[in-house]
Amino acid sequence: MAGQLLSHGPVEPAQLLLRDVRVLDPRMGLDARRDVLVRDGKIAALAEAGSLGEPLQEIELVDGRGRLLAPAFFDPHVHLRSPGQEHKEDLRSGTRAAAAGGFGGVIAMPNTDPVIDSAPLLGSLREAAAREACVPVGFMAAITRGQRGEELTEMAHLRAEGAVGFSDDGLPVASAGMLRKAMQYQRLCGGVLSLHEEDPTLSRDGCMREGAVSAALGIGGIPSVSESTMVARDAELALYESARAHFQHLSCAASVASVERAKADGARVSCEVTPHHLLLTDESVRELDTRMKMNPPLAGEQDRRALVQALRSGAIDCVASDHAPHAREEKEVPFEQAPMGTTGLETAFPALYTGLVLNGELALDTLIERMTAGAALFELPTATIAPGEPANLTLIDLDAELIAGEHGWESRSENCCFAGRRLRGRVLLTLAAGGVVYREPVFSVVAA
Amino acid sequence: MNHLLTMEDLDREAIERIVGQAERFAEVSDREIKKVPALRGRMVLNLFYEASTRTRSSFELAAKRLSADVVNFAASGSSVEKGESLKDTVLTLSAHRPDAIVLRTPWAGAAELVSRWCGAAIVNAGDGKHEHPTQALLDVYTLRQRLGEIDDASIWIVGDVAHSRVARSNIIAFQRMGARVTVAGPPTLIPRGIETLGCDVRYTLDELESADVVYALRMQRERMNETWVPSLREYAAWYQINGRRLQPQQVLMHPGPVNRGIELSGEAVDSPQAVIAAQVEAGVVVRMAVLYELLAGSAGSGTGSTAAPADPMAARVEGAPADDPLPEPQPA
Repeated sequence: MAGQLLSHGPVEPAQLLLRDVRVLDPRMGLDARRDVLVRDGKIAALAEAGSLGEPLQEIELVDGRGRLLAPAFFDPHVHLRSPGQEHKEDLRSGTRAAAAGGFGGVIAMPNTDPVIDSAPLLGSLREAAAREACVPVGFMAAITRGQRGEELTEMAHLRAEGAVGFSDDGLPVASAGMLRKAMQYQRLCGGVLSLHEEDPTLSRDGCMREGAVSAALGIGGIPSVSESTMVARDAELALYESARAHFQHLSCAASVASVERAKADGARVSCEVTPHHLLLTDESVRELDTRMKMNPPLAGEQDRRALVQALRSGAIDCVASDHAPHAREEKEVPFEQAPMGTTGLETAFPALYTGLVLNGELALDTLIERMTAGAALFELPTATIAPGEPANLTLIDLDAELIAGEHGWESRSENCCFAGRRLRGRVLLTLAAGGVVYREPVFSVVAA
Repeated sequence: MNHLLTMEDLDREAIERIVGQAERFAEVSDREIKKVPALRGRMVLNLFYEASTRTRSSFELAAKRLSADVVNFAASGSSVEKGESLKDTVLTLSAHRPDAIVLRTPWAGAAELVSRWCGAAIVNAGDGKHEHPTQALLDVYTLRQRLGEIDDASIWIVGDVAHSRVARSNIIAFQRMGARVTVAGPPTLIPRGIETLGCDVRYTLDELESADVVYALRMQRERMNETWVPSLREYAAWYQINGRRLQPQQVLMHPGPVNRGIELSGEAVDSPQAVIAAQVEAGVVVRMAVLYELLAGSAGSGTGSTAAPADPMAARVEGAPADDPLPEPQPA
């Protein structure tokens, strides 16, 4: 059942010998130089580096030279903008961006046009993904019809049609009573409730985090309590209803504390954090660059530090990019007029590796674990490097420098908050669902 | 100086240079023919996305007194209402080669954004709730006229600080000129974090008598619908500057337009302490000085001219011979 929740286009099963790579799979307790043989899209052998001889004619040889081979990353929170907003992104461009970032699977949010709130809509979207998606995609359905917060969608029908879970992402479920009904109904249909937490009466027309910078700029501020009060409310609801809830893109220490408390009390809750909330603060908004406008907004330094600490400790379960593409003309406007969101799939790993691992704030194996943990949270199979497993792999040159966006983007949009930054950790090759889905254009392979 | 985008960009020296130039221009206003040829042949474009009578006409008068050509472009009734973006409007109007664009919009940072899209000198005439630097400059000018120097003066800015671009520019400008600034108003209208700009914060007017200058902000009626304060009556009872609160030695300022009976009582508006009319008058000469600074000033002009500017005070009646006539064609 679980595998059927993900859709992807046709894949040619990979035949590869990755010679002398540093295999790092934290869940397997594995960090060692190995030869990895991929046959017919599956990991066929994992042997001492250099021990697998010259491969057969039909097998491509990749000279690893000690470069990192990790399980392909999983992103539980992206916006692929299809249907209806294909000028920003579509299933192909969005999943190509995922592949280029080393991701072997993503979950797409339903705040499209129209909103994915009925089984026929979801069905046609999954059919399109089965033609166009280059990495496996799971789809969330809306919790409420039209994301209006007024009446539940036909959650059971949507689950039967293959919804991974439910989310009104982009908007909160403002009414506690409405969310409680969804949590109760979840006992019938299953599926994780993935929650965007924000109190609209506190956010008002805010465009950035409330604080010294918003005061100086005269821009309406969104206080951190707009998020944290709702996380606290819904963590209690989840505990009371024994519901499975996942808190999206946490941006402040108080939200983390609520989730930790709920977990300690036995609630079935989990949460995610984005690379931009881990690496940037509201100081980045001073120049009013619209790429720095996202929801939740970039927080203050204290909250940023708390998020890094929580990712390290495991209080935050996983990294999610909240990849939110917008067209150039939509972002090339005054800050207050611009839509919220930054792209993130193509920069997530190099940005976090450069910003957290290289300066010693986070161990590399912890980063790999948090970037692959999202699948299990949504009851989907986790990429694993072991014989017999399907090939979901990413090969990374940790020493290679890149300037984000220097050669353009696979995404249709370019609104990336890390654009122009000098980063380390270049993704060279990605395998998803057993096939090669991305090759770094200048990465040379040694053909057999 | 290439643009005037925020008070943040101006140090004390730059403020004093502009205010000093404005003092010299003040004399022009007293002439029978209120005009100097300093910017003859230059074009100033007023691009206003918000309703404005006094700021726009003040810039228009300033440009005309410097003999510049002025084009007014209001967003209402224009291509903007047909859905043209700010960028396209600016690019279109730039095709007319304005030397300066005076821009007012409801959006923070719009002036800076426009300065990246075109070669004209940009004057921020108000960008959302962010800044209104020429208002701050004319307020400094007015205070210097009244007090001489404003070093160590205590200036209280009273009212709706949260929604006021005037407040933000003045907090910076008054402090750059050596004054101490206190903001006071209802806690719902004092933004969290404003103290990081260096000002003190008060929620009552109990200590208002310690102020040398009281700067009242306009209380916008639409704020009532958003319940920032429970009622105008309660606001007036706690924050109105009236005969009871205003001390004889204090100077009273207001950016206009005044809501008589709300933030200011009628007797306060009409009191000898009030310099509100002087502020309006200062607006023209200060904006003359800003346009002169940008288009003919020492740091070069927006059009890249490096020639030393002519004496701006040289009076010339329109139609008189130009001092730099087109050179005669030379035989080849």
